[in-house]
Amino acid sequence: MADLLLRLANGRYSRRLVRALGLPCPVQLARAAGGYEPAPLLGRCTVVGAAPGGWALPALLTAARNAGAECFDALPEGRAADTVLFDATGCGTPASLASLYAAFQPLMRRLARNARVLVVAADPADCGDPLAAATARAIEGFVRALGKEIGRLGATANLARVAPGAESRLDGLVRFCGGVRCTYVSGQVFCVSAKVSETEPATSAGQLAGRVAVVTGAARGIGAATAQRLAEEGAHVVCVDVAAARDPLYELAARLRGTPLVLDIATAQAPSALCAFVQEKFGGIDVMVHNAGITRDKTLANMKPELWQQVIAVNFAAIAAIDDALLAGGLRDGGRIVCLSSVSGVAGNFGQTNYATSKAALIGYVAARATGLAARGISINAVAPGFIETPMTAKIPWIPREAGRRLNASSQGGQPRDVAELITFLALPGSAGLSGNTIRACGLALIGA
Amino acid sequence: MHAALPRKVAIVGANRIPFARSNTAYAQLSNKTMLTDTLRGLVERCRLQGEILGEVVGGAVMKHSRDWNMVRECVLSSGLHPNTPAFDVQQACGTGLEAAILVANKIALGQMDAGIACGVDTTSDAPVAANRGLQRALMDLNAAKTGRARFKHLLRAMHPKHLVPELPANAEPRTGKSMGQHAEITARRYGLTRQAQDALALASHQNLAKAYDEGFFDDLVMPYHGLSRDNNLRPDSSIEKLAKLSPAFDRNGGTITAANASPLTDGASAVLLASEEWARHKGLPILAYLVTGEVAAVDFSDEREGLLMAPAYAIPRMLKRLGLTLQDFDFYEIHEAFAAVVLCTLAAWESDDFCRNKLGLPGALGSIDRSRLNVKGSSIAAGHPFAATGGRVLATLAKLLAEKGSGRGLISICAAGGQGVTAILER
Repeated sequence: MADLLLRLANGRYSRRLVRALGLPCPVQLARAAGGYEPAPLLGRCTVVGAAPGGWALPALLTAARNAGAECFDALPEGRAADTVLFDATGCGTPASLASLYAAFQPLMRRLARNARVLVVAADPADCGDPLAAATARAIEGFVRALGKEIGRLGATANLARVAPGAESRLDGLVRFCGGVRCTYVSGQVFCVSAKVSETEPATSAGQLAGRVAVVTGAARGIGAATAQRLAEEGAHVVCVDVAAARDPLYELAARLRGTPLVLDIATAQAPSALCAFVQEKFGGIDVMVHNAGITRDKTLANMKPELWQQVIAVNFAAIAAIDDALLAGGLRDGGRIVCLSSVSGVAGNFGQTNYATSKAALIGYVAARATGLAARGISINAVAPGFIETPMTAKIPWIPREAGRRLNASSQGGQPRDVAELITFLALPGSAGLSGNTIRACGLALIGA
Repeated sequence: MHAALPRKVAIVGANRIPFARSNTAYAQLSNKTMLTDTLRGLVERCRLQGEILGEVVGGAVMKHSRDWNMVRECVLSSGLHPNTPAFDVQQACGTGLEAAILVANKIALGQMDAGIACGVDTTSDAPVAANRGLQRALMDLNAAKTGRARFKHLLRAMHPKHLVPELPANAEPRTGKSMGQHAEITARRYGLTRQAQDALALASHQNLAKAYDEGFFDDLVMPYHGLSRDNNLRPDSSIEKLAKLSPAFDRNGGTITAANASPLTDGASAVLLASEEWARHKGLPILAYLVTGEVAAVDFSDEREGLLMAPAYAIPRMLKRLGLTLQDFDFYEIHEAFAAVVLCTLAAWESDDFCRNKLGLPGALGSIDRSRLNVKGSSIAAGHPFAATGGRVLATLAKLLAEKGSGRGLISICAAGGQGVTAILER
């Protein structure tokens, strides 16, 4: 799992050697330990700008100030920008895109390491005028390209596509995308809407206190990191995994003061067993994280039918079956569902026709499920990890592993914790504005859209 | 004297791992690992995740000194709420049943509503200890105050003779005789034949094999490390095969062989006991009630009484207390440390002399219906991981009574040190 290049590139003396050899020079990505800070932007030099005629600037400013940011219209002399928030909802014509250039070009040599950029734009679907729609879409291209340029600093750039009337829901997104915790999440589009009824706005630490979360595949890797992260926010975590992972599962549950549940989600009785269990123990749950998944890699030519079938059954069918059961009784109103997709599902991957099929299914699944759940205040989103340093990716042979690791904006793999941060953000009560989204945690990988 | 417990105590769930002959399937596992996994199995079966139980009581006979708080450590990894207290007990082969009696008594007195009795043992991971001389030298070294004294004790500690470790002995500390030698003496006293012992051993294998085939243990035993049945079980054994073995403890006319004795075994078991209200509240089935227990000991030095004969004293006392006769039972679970022990115990109760002179009764207790004895096999077939045997027997008898619908069962377990732990279950 250890990334030698990352260590060398950040060593005092070895750094020169890495540079001299012309190797990629990944920076140490910033991460935060423990639960949310009450003011995550405290101490961050934050530049807040807007294109003329926009409507999201007041909401952005309020969100930034609530999060403790020190806000500037223009970057003060001698300082580097830690966070840049920009309201581009005013961009409706080709000419208006000049405001993006004007705002960001001067900042490019003045961004701090691990800086965070969040641009807010209109949703092209909401724009009546074709030019306005095209301009809104153009901003996505800008943000992705920007993310690739600043990725070498460990910095990220993301886009919030906001429906009119939903700008008050930017609060959580500013905290997440404007703060340190959106590590390895870059070039992503977060569609913010007011469709999902909001139960309660929560902006302080311990946001999941009193809530019950279920994480499947919790024994190790991303599942374990997610369970821990949810527990840090005060959630009681039901850690689910198969019998073969009983040891790490029980140790994790004990450490997190959660509840271990040995369950093979692919079995026919798993949905009813899970529902009965959470009903008996907790009277229901608030967060469901479908993390469990399997790979059975073979090229399609060499793939046995059972390899195809197993992957679809575990990665897709089981999730839908569990949700059906939970939505009939088990998941409380205001609940959150997060499915683990994959960049393999976004972009496809050699030797993973089965896996990519199942993971792409989840992208469609969350988009299609979202509308029906909005009235109950339930949101459903997918997270698509890229190359994450887990025991699973550690088994990839060296050359493809190095390729997967380096071919992204920050020239390194992500940590399970990075994905866990994104999942936890989507699981917050305050994330009601986000539903039906698929967000990648891929460090802006070159593979994938 | 009260006849039974003040509040009814139900056996509501049980789990054990298949028992494995020493140095086979579980050779690399520790007591802690096996007991933790067994508790996890019980927790999963009875949906106890996150529950705070009154207490978990259990132990191991062969225990490393580092496992001084073993059961509590296992509980912390068991999925039970970490606020569940636990303590270790040790009463040789009676450990498991004694643990259950302790839990039951607390439940009966209203001191708690539910608890687990458990036990584990391994002879594949025996506590080999530092040589006594080395241990003494190290203690003196630790206590030494001057550099000179320290040097002296250090030299002492480094003596090559201290490389010889201290091995756990399979002998009674008081007599120096092994348990088998003791059992051989008692068998001779009662005039037991080799054939009678072999027949009992064969029945044990046949009954256990049949029980597995019927699925009797499906909800009592969990698959573990490749085993789904006790690996000592020999379903295809025959009286001819058993007759071929030579005596294990007395070459001159001994009747005890490796086949009509229980083998050294690794394994673990756990039983969940609870008040009726708690069981109902949790939706767990009441298999049977633990009515009472009785423990006795005999003075076995100079063979005044047989080392393993204490149950023959405990059970008549318990019967008297409850106003029952030996024949008032539907099932008898008499632990087969050796086939000889079972037969000697039965013979003692059939003996007018024993019952009058040793027990002070007006006459013999009489014989039992042998078709009710160890009907699902016992330790000769299943194996005998010392502290885990009590849980195996409790679970088996409780389920027998649950399947029958009503009835009464008797448990007898002999233990080292001339002790015997016994109990009565009812439904």
